Parts: sequence; C-alpha cells; structure tokens
Amino acid sequence: MRAPAIVLLSCSSLGAALAAQPAVPPPDSCVTCHTAVDDATKGPAALIKNDVHIARGLSCADCHGGDRTSDDPDVSMSKAKGFKGKPARTEIPKFCANCHSNPDTMRKFAPRQRVDQYELYQTSVHGKRLAAGDTNVATCIDCHSVHDIRPVKDALSPVHPLHVAETCSRCHSDRQKMAPYRIPTNQFQQYLTSVHWTAMTKRGDLSAPSCASCHGNHGAKPPQVESVAEVCGTCHVLFAQLYDKSVHKAVFSGAGGGGGCMVCHSNHGVQYPSTKMLAGSASVCAGCHEAGSSPANTATQMANWIDGLDGAIQQSETVLARAEKFGMEVSEAQVRLIDARENLVKSRLALHSMRSDDVRQPIDAGMAIAKETLQAGQAALREKDFRRYGLAVSVILIAIAILAIRSLIRRIEANGAQAAQERTL
Amino acid sequence: MQESNSKQGGGQDRRTAISWMLGGGVAASLVSFGYPVARFVNPPQVAEASVNEVIAGKVQDLKPNSGKIVKFGNKPALLVRVNDTEWKAFSAVCTHLNCTVQYSEARREIWCACHNGTYDLDGRVSSGPPPKPLDELAVKIRGDEVVISRRA
Amino acid sequence: MPATELKEKTLDWLDERTGWRLVRDLMDHKVVPQHAGTAWYYFGGITLFLVGIQLITGILLLLYYRPTVAEAFDSVRFLMTRVEFGWLIRSIHSWSANLLILCAFIHMFSVVFTHAYRRPRELTWLSGILLLGLMLGFGFSGYLLPWNQISYFATKVGTDVAASMPVAGPAIARFLRGGEDVGGATLTRFFDFHVIILPLVTFGLIGVHLLLVQKHGMSVPSGIPPAKLAQMKFFPNFFLRELMVWYGVLAVLGTLAAIFPWELGEKADPFSSAPAGIRPEWYFLAQFYTLKLIPSHVWFFEGELLGILGFGVLAAVWVLLPFWGAAGTDEKRHRWATGAGVFLVCYLITFTILGYVK
Repeated sequence: MRAPAIVLLSCSSLGAALAAQPAVPPPDSCVTCHTAVDDATKGPAALIKNDVHIARGLSCADCHGGDRTSDDPDVSMSKAKGFKGKPARTEIPKFCANCHSNPDTMRKFAPRQRVDQYELYQTSVHGKRLAAGDTNVATCIDCHSVHDIRPVKDALSPVHPLHVAETCSRCHSDRQKMAPYRIPTNQFQQYLTSVHWTAMTKRGDLSAPSCASCHGNHGAKPPQVESVAEVCGTCHVLFAQLYDKSVHKAVFSGAGGGGGCMVCHSNHGVQYPSTKMLAGSASVCAGCHEAGSSPANTATQMANWIDGLDGAIQQSETVLARAEKFGMEVSEAQVRLIDARENLVKSRLALHSMRSDDVRQPIDAGMAIAKETLQAGQAALREKDFRRYGLAVSVILIAIAILAIRSLIRRIEANGAQAAQERTL
Repeated sequence: MQESNSKQGGGQDRRTAISWMLGGGVAASLVSFGYPVARFVNPPQVAEASVNEVIAGKVQDLKPNSGKIVKFGNKPALLVRVNDTEWKAFSAVCTHLNCTVQYSEARREIWCACHNGTYDLDGRVSSGPPPKPLDELAVKIRGDEVVISRRA
Repeated sequence: MPATELKEKTLDWLDERTGWRLVRDLMDHKVVPQHAGTAWYYFGGITLFLVGIQLITGILLLLYYRPTVAEAFDSVRFLMTRVEFGWLIRSIHSWSANLLILCAFIHMFSVVFTHAYRRPRELTWLSGILLLGLMLGFGFSGYLLPWNQISYFATKVGTDVAASMPVAGPAIARFLRGGEDVGGATLTRFFDFHVIILPLVTFGLIGVHLLLVQKHGMSVPSGIPPAKLAQMKFFPNFFLRELMVWYGVLAVLGTLAAIFPWELGEKADPFSSAPAGIRPEWYFLAQFYTLKLIPSHVWFFEGELLGILGFGVLAAVWVLLPFWGAAGTDEKRHRWATGAGVFLVCYLITFTILGYVK
C-alpha cells in the first residue's frame, strides 16, 4: 500500500517540480547505472531515450519506484523508497493505471488525455481474460510497447493509425496463439485488401478506420450482430439511416442474421462496391433472392440504371477529353460532370433503402447532366471542325491574295522593267 | 496585225477578268481577317468573366437557423442564416473528399453526408475526417438581397 | 472639274500643309540590292509585321483581360470560351509572340553573318540588340498574365534567377516582383510593363532603328562590290513581295492557332508545389539549362553567380560586336565575328534542345 503511494507522491512531486521549473531534470541514476551494467536491463535503458515519459522529465523510478537521485543501489532500489521492480504480467495494466487513471496526475502532463483506459480494458475480452489469469492476452505494453513508448501521433508508434492493424495482427494473425480461443486469423490479410486500408495508405486519409475504429481500442470487443450497422453508421451515416428503414434490417441485424452491413459488404476486407453485387453472376442478392423474384428484379433494375448512368458519364468524359485534346476549351462542362458523378454517388446510396423509387431520382438528375455535357462536348467537336474549315477558307483566300500580288508584280515589272532595274546607287 | 491585235484584245479581257478575281480574292482575305475581329469586339451575352459576387436570394426567403446551397462560379457555396441578423457563407466543398456539405438545423452545424464530417459555424472542423476548415465567404445584405462574395 | 484634276488639287493641298511629297520622294529612292543573300532582307520586315500583329491582337485582348489575381485566369478562360473568335485572337497572340522572337533572332544572325553591323551601322546594331532585349522582356512579362500554374512558377524561377545577380540582384527582383514574392503586385507590374512601358520604348526604338536603316540604305555583304549589283525599287516592287511573305506568315499563324491552340492550363495555386519539370519558355531555355549544368560551386565562386556573370560578359561582348567584329574590309575581324556567330547559334540551338529533352 505504501509503495504505490510513494510512487504517486514522487510522481506528483516531480510533476510539481517540473511545473515550477522546466529546466534540466536531475540526473537519472537508473539510466546511468543500467546502461553500464551488462544484464537484461541494458536493453530498456537504451530504449528509454525514445520514450515520451522520459521526454517529459519522468524517470524509471516514477514507474518502477525507487530513488533516481542516489547512486547507491541499496538506496535507489530499496523497498523503502517504493521500488517495485518488474511487475508481473497480470499486474501490468494496474501498473500503468497508477498514473493513467488518475485525473490529477494526467492533468499535469496531458490535460486532454482520457483517464478511463483501464476501466475500458477491464470490460474488454483481453481484460477479462487477464483477470482470469490468462497471460497470453494483450496488455498495455503489447500494443503501446514499453520503455520506448511514443505518442499515438508519432509515426513510429505501434498505435499510430497506420500501424494499428499491424500491431493487432501480431497476435491475431498468429494461428498458434489464436487456436485455444478458436478465433480466425485471416482478418489482417483481408483488411489489407480493403478500401479502408487503401484510403489510409494510398490517399493518406488517416481518418479511415482500422481495427480499433470498429472494435474499440482499450475496450476491444467485436461489435455484436445488432450493432454492426451502428458501427459502420458512425461514418456512413446516410447508408445506415436508409438501411434502418429498409426491410433488410430486421433480417440482417436480428439473431442469426449475419451482422447488418457485413452480410453484403464483409467486415474486414471491405471491397469497393459495384453493381456486380446487385446483379450478375457475382450477385450478393442472389444469395437469398431467387432469380425472377420481385426483389431480384428490383436489384437488376437498379443495377441497370446505375450502370446506365455510369456509362453515360463515361461517354461524356470521353467526348470532352477528345475535344480537349483538340485544344477546345471544355473545362466548364467537365466541372458540370462532377455534379453528375455526385448524382451517381447518391443513386448508389439510395439503393440501400432497397426501393427503386429512391434510386430513380438521382439517376434522372444525373442522366440529364450527362446528356447536357455530352452535347457540350459534341458542340465543342463541331466547333473544332468549324475552325478547321474556316482555316482552310482563310488559307485559300490568302493563297489567292498571294497570287494576286504576284501577278501585280509581274505586270509592273514587265512594263517598267527597264526603269525599275539597273538603278545604280 | 489584226491577229496580234485581237490576241492582245482577248488577252486583255482575260487579264482583266483575272485581275478582278484576284482583287476580289484580296478583298475577301481582308474580310476574312476583319470578320472575326468585328465579332470579337462585340461583347458576348454573358458579360461577366469570373464570379466574385453572387446574389444568393432574398432576405425573407431563408428562415433563421437554416441553410441553402447556392452556385458560386462553378462550385457550390453554403449560405446559412444563423439568426435574424447573422448570416454566414462558406465554400460547400467538403475538404475530405469533395462532397457537398449541408446545414443541419437540429445540430446547428454544417454536416457532410458522405463520411459524417462536421464543421462549426466558423467553418472549423468539429468532428470526423475532414482535414481542413471550410473556406469562408463574405455575406452582405443589400436592401432585401443577400449577396455572397469572396473575402478580401 | 474632272476627277484627275480634283485628285491633283487635293494632293497639292495636302502637300502644302504636310509635305507628304517629300516623304514619298525619299521612299521612292529606296532600293534593295539583289544578290545571293537578298532573301535575308525579309526577316526585318517579318519581325516588324509580327510586332504589328501583337499590337492589334494585344489591343483586342485588352478588351476582355482583367489584370488581377482573382480575375486574370477567369478572364482568359472567358476569352477562350465565350468571346466569339476569342480563341483565335489569343492563340494568334501567343504563337505570334514566339514567332516574333524566333524571327528577331534570325534577323540578328543574318545581320551577323552578312556583317551588316559594320560601320556606319553600329547604332542600328545597338538599337536592334536593345529591341531584342525588349522582345524578351515582352515575352517574360506577357507570360505571367494568364496567371496559370506554369506561368506563375516560371515567373518565380525567372525572378529567382534575377535575384541571384550580384550587387543589384535582390533589388531588381524586388522591383520586378513588386514585393518579396510573386503575387498580385507582380501581376500588376508585369501588366504595366507589357502594355505600356515596353510598347512605348519599343516603338521609339523601332522608329530609331528604321530611320537609321532608311538613312544608310540596305547593307551589302562585304566582298560584293555594291556598284555592280542590280537594285530593285523598294516601292512597289520589293514591298509587294514583302506583302506576299506577310500573307504567308498570316497563313502560318492561322494554321498554328486553329490546329495547335494555345492551352489555358490550370489557375495558379501559389500554395501548391511547382509542377514537375517546370521550365521557362524556349527563348530562355538555353540559359536556364546552362545555369542548371554549372556545379553549385566553382573554385570559391557560387556556380549560379558565375553563370549569370558569364552571360553578362557575353552580352556585353555581343553588344559591342561592331567594334571588334569589323574594321573596314578586314577579313580577319569578320572571321572572328562569323565564328562567334556560328558558335552562338550552335550553343543556343543545342542547349535549347537539351533543355527540352532533359
């Protein structure tokens, strides 16, 4: 009981000292000795220079207890000074929570940081199993690393958005590790093929989801069947709203339903959707709806409309690009096509209500724009032709003019040749 | 002598005809230069080149705590009437993936339907994926017209 | 009163008041010597014709162009899309600018290789070189006016080079840019240069240049005794031939404008990074590429500085060509000049091509 209190005291007193005097922190005997000593502690002592805690002026002693100012191991590592040594694996979360769940402590260093991570962890699958004595599950240090803990925003941190999936996969793609729990291990591989991963890595969109975005990080647990749509809906709001009002919700989000959005879109390896999901040999709808049934027909109709609009837009784009290659100015029509694409997006959104009337509206609007831009492109091509005919006419007229001048010269020089030539300087 | 005279006379006619044709050609070439110039100096119907200012509507058409999308040049703009006297306008192009944003009356903030990004009434990002704030535009009330223009 | 008598009386009336007959008589005496190199005489006239085209198309463009950052690009786009034949006027203006500079160079080199700069035509040469410099200034200032990505960044690079000149460089760059960076102030200034300052100076110099040419007559390449040459009257014989050539130039310009219209590009975005492979227009490319080749430090001199100083020295030597490239009929001096001319042509052509390819 005293040890944590002393640790807490030294943390807060150090914090106060730091707050009062942001100068060079007192020499850290822990690091000095342990970098010299040739044992297992040499590694951590070397890693420590990258650690965010050390950067904020804390020391080994602030976590492990002891006295950083003394060079005498008996003092610096004495139990009287609160030395705890290396914590047992099952004690690790509590160890970190000493500071990280204390609002007063965290306010000194990072006032906006949350202090409920430990609480959340205890509700997670990892936390519950650890409490039951299973040391194979993840603890704080397995994700955040230890001794060289970097802030989440640091690109080298294992919990930086770009690295989260990789960090989770360290255990969750390990078949041997997952075997006792009977958890599949293909999630990471699937995720790497997904649009979300592409968004993060190719488009640099760090807001794209990875494991923690849907599963939670500290309170990690797979979303239940009835809440998958809610989870996807935190970003894909309108899709979720339409789905909620559709006939599919009761079916997919009920017991044994397959898990909301996941049924059609998969969970980890979410692919870029296309009308092939609606109709054709790879149709997802065909999994439940017989060919020829009303829902299947609706799906086919929606697919045809959407493909039609996509094709119309592409046709416009081709014609406009051709006109542009000829040097015609078509930027306005090209910008207008963006509106058509927006309508295409809206139509793909609308189909999630599973009602064709909802899809009809954006399709019609988009087709109108596509027609308009196609006409603009064709007009541009006609204008290009007009210019070339005009050029041909001008060149012919110029040629005539040149001939006219030539004949005039001939006439002048035939008559007055004598007078014109042979003039000396 | 008669022969050479008539040959000369015939030749003269031909030469005159050719002269007229050639002269006509020269004249035509000058017209072909002058015609485009004449059409050029005639101002086209749509007289304004770029959009610096757009009349977004009448004051009474927009209720307090509501917004509408207005075309500003070739991009959409969002006009928001915050209350009776305060108006705001922004570029309606979301900074995440360029969807068109809208005004949410319930939450009194600007929202993007594509990935649930939200902006406050200063255009700053409040939540969600957008990386940058919305460009703000200036709103002026002229009589009973609401005018949106680029900020100085 | 019969028509001819009326005509005579009108002309007399005008002559008493304006003295036009004097000018006509002077022009009537102008002759053009006929020899193997006569064809080169056309290039001065072509250059002048193209200046006229630029003046006319420039005035027309001014009816719609707006010289502010907010509106410049849009006004050019408006010209290209909404104004009838706007595409034609603008494309002619842009192509003619390039043709103009090309013909000015050809004209200059034809003068070099026929040694037409020799006494008493030194001042003609001088005014001509200044005119060439002014044409390059027109090109540089006009290039920025559409305010698209390429022109913005090319101007940045160009004024950076100016800034690296010794002593006065930064001050000159500041004067050109109207501030520390290329921006709205630069656009305003370049518009001022392009539309009034350079034209006024150019027309003054062209006047001087032409007057001097009339005074001294057409130069004949040394080695050909002028007395033995056939002479063609300028009016109307040579002039009519020039008209044919000018019509031909018009045909070329129209073809270029219709088949290879000048592109609009994208509106300048100062906060974006420069487009890959940004480089100046071809008439600056040789110098640009040379500067790129020079290592950043030569001995203890900064490479770019050395390059610019080198160009300065070269320009000074070139301007003074009449004084070292000719001495009466001294063939040796002429050979130096010819050699220098050949070297310069080869250098310019090679490095311009290299600048494009690399």
